[in-house]
Amino acid sequence: MPSDLSGSVRTRADVDQPRDAELAPVAPDRSVEAGLDALDTAASAPARRRPWRTLTHSVLPPVVFLAALVAVWQLVHVAGLKPSYALPGPADVAATFWETVTDGRAMEAIWTSISRGGIGFAMSLVIGTLLGLAMWASTWLRAAIGPIVSGLQSLPSVAWVPAAIIWFQLTDAAIYTVVLLGAVPSIANGLLTGFKQVPPLFDRVGRVLGLGGFSRIRLVLLPAALPGYLGGLRQGWAFAWRSLMAAELITYSPSLGQGLGQLLNIGRELSQMSLVITAIALILLVGVAIELLVFAPLERGVLRRRGLTTDR
Amino acid sequence: MRTATVPAPRGADGVLVGERSLAAVRVEGVSQTFERVGPAVLDGVDLTVAAGEFVCLLGASGCGKSTLLNLIAGLTRPSAGRVSVVSDRPALMFQEPALLPWLTAAGNVELALKARGVGRVERREEADRLLRLVNLGGQSDKRPHELSGGMRQRVALARALAQDSSVLLMDEPFAALDAITRDVLHEELVRVWTEQRLAVVFVTHNVREAVRLAQRVVLMSSRPGRIVREWSVDLSQPRAIESPGVGALATEITEQLHQEISRHAQ
Repeated sequence: MPSDLSGSVRTRADVDQPRDAELAPVAPDRSVEAGLDALDTAASAPARRRPWRTLTHSVLPPVVFLAALVAVWQLVHVAGLKPSYALPGPADVAATFWETVTDGRAMEAIWTSISRGGIGFAMSLVIGTLLGLAMWASTWLRAAIGPIVSGLQSLPSVAWVPAAIIWFQLTDAAIYTVVLLGAVPSIANGLLTGFKQVPPLFDRVGRVLGLGGFSRIRLVLLPAALPGYLGGLRQGWAFAWRSLMAAELITYSPSLGQGLGQLLNIGRELSQMSLVITAIALILLVGVAIELLVFAPLERGVLRRRGLTTDR
Repeated sequence: MRTATVPAPRGADGVLVGERSLAAVRVEGVSQTFERVGPAVLDGVDLTVAAGEFVCLLGASGCGKSTLLNLIAGLTRPSAGRVSVVSDRPALMFQEPALLPWLTAAGNVELALKARGVGRVERREEADRLLRLVNLGGQSDKRPHELSGGMRQRVALARALAQDSSVLLMDEPFAALDAITRDVLHEELVRVWTEQRLAVVFVTHNVREAVRLAQRVVLMSSRPGRIVREWSVDLSQPRAIESPGVGALATEITEQLHQEISRHAQ
């Protein structure tokens, strides 16, 4: 009670002396501002991740899961639910895997497929980016081909394999055609989505600062569209890789280099299930490796710089 | 450096720039309609802002104060009337800091300098100087998401100052900030204004904020936007928002504002 009273008395005193309040305004002291800044930003200092936490949270779970998967596989194999030519045990597959790696066939197939994938993806990157830019620049073009490009995204590109073989016979050109038709729509659409998601305010900022049309695109719009574009590239690569495997699986010819898809096909023709599983594992490994080594760090870097991720 | 009378034609139709006078901004008989037969957003607005003057535009929603600001900024053209601005390209601050998230604080300020054609080395120095001016000396390399709302708005102020314009337009720049931060930024803005001798047109719907900051408060009516009345604020700066002088005038202006709003009640 007494403290309440003294509080109200002080307030009255202020009101009674307006002159003083005018002459002594709130402190123009910049330490108030500096103090606020410190209070507002201190809490957001990033906590350092401990190495053991990475181990227990990122490395351990998939390892445990894989071990469990192999254990179940071994159990099913021992139980004899399927004849062993249809389901060889983990040890047989491991032996074939090792043999394929040591006799050089695995490296040859991986190299052939990755170089095809890389070249196909690079071509898709150029074409898809140009297409995306053109569709963004011209509303007429967007209206005209937008639905077709989106539709192509959901068409499995393996559907193009017969057409590509009729056009280009069993050549690399047939393979690249299928890869391009798989990846280009994703990349073009990704760039377009990136542009559409740029806040209109950014364009106004560019105009207020006096940036002309071209500088505004280069310095404001393109960097702003980058996250969407990267998403498109990532999806484009996934589609390119799938299309490539489908194409390699079907366009089997001695004149073509032997990629992972062709390795898979050899396994099928020889009815050698351990080679089939080996090829599938290799295809999966390459896909995961590219994702982890190229796209994930790229995307994480961009998002982190813009404060769009919470690292947890 | 900031010669307020240099003619700099903007060249857009209906927007004449660079009349020889002491006015930083001159709005004459400006009306704005957005649809051909729609109601006028602004109706016959006259407003002159002298070089180095701090004016607050005050009004309820729909009074067209942001529209008027966009006209002065040259982002839109008036349907009728003339807008002349002494500066080629007035600086404009929004309610959001609108910083580009992939650039550092210094990078954002440098972008404005780059748009003016300032060389690379000078850009860095000038950006550092401007950030120090808004008390963000050590934060040049931080990205917007690492800064608080008030700090971002100060980077936006530094960026606006980097445009080296003699006219600064502000569209409710502190409306999204908490009261403590807003107080501090009022202080900061008045200090910068005093040092840089800018003409400031500050849009707000906060009466006390208007009286706290401005030399002149202009009250606008809503639908259509017209200028109803203006007050000159004869209190010395820096003044506290809670001082009795500010309170008395704010009360008077609020009364008039409420009258204006009541006319729309049906």
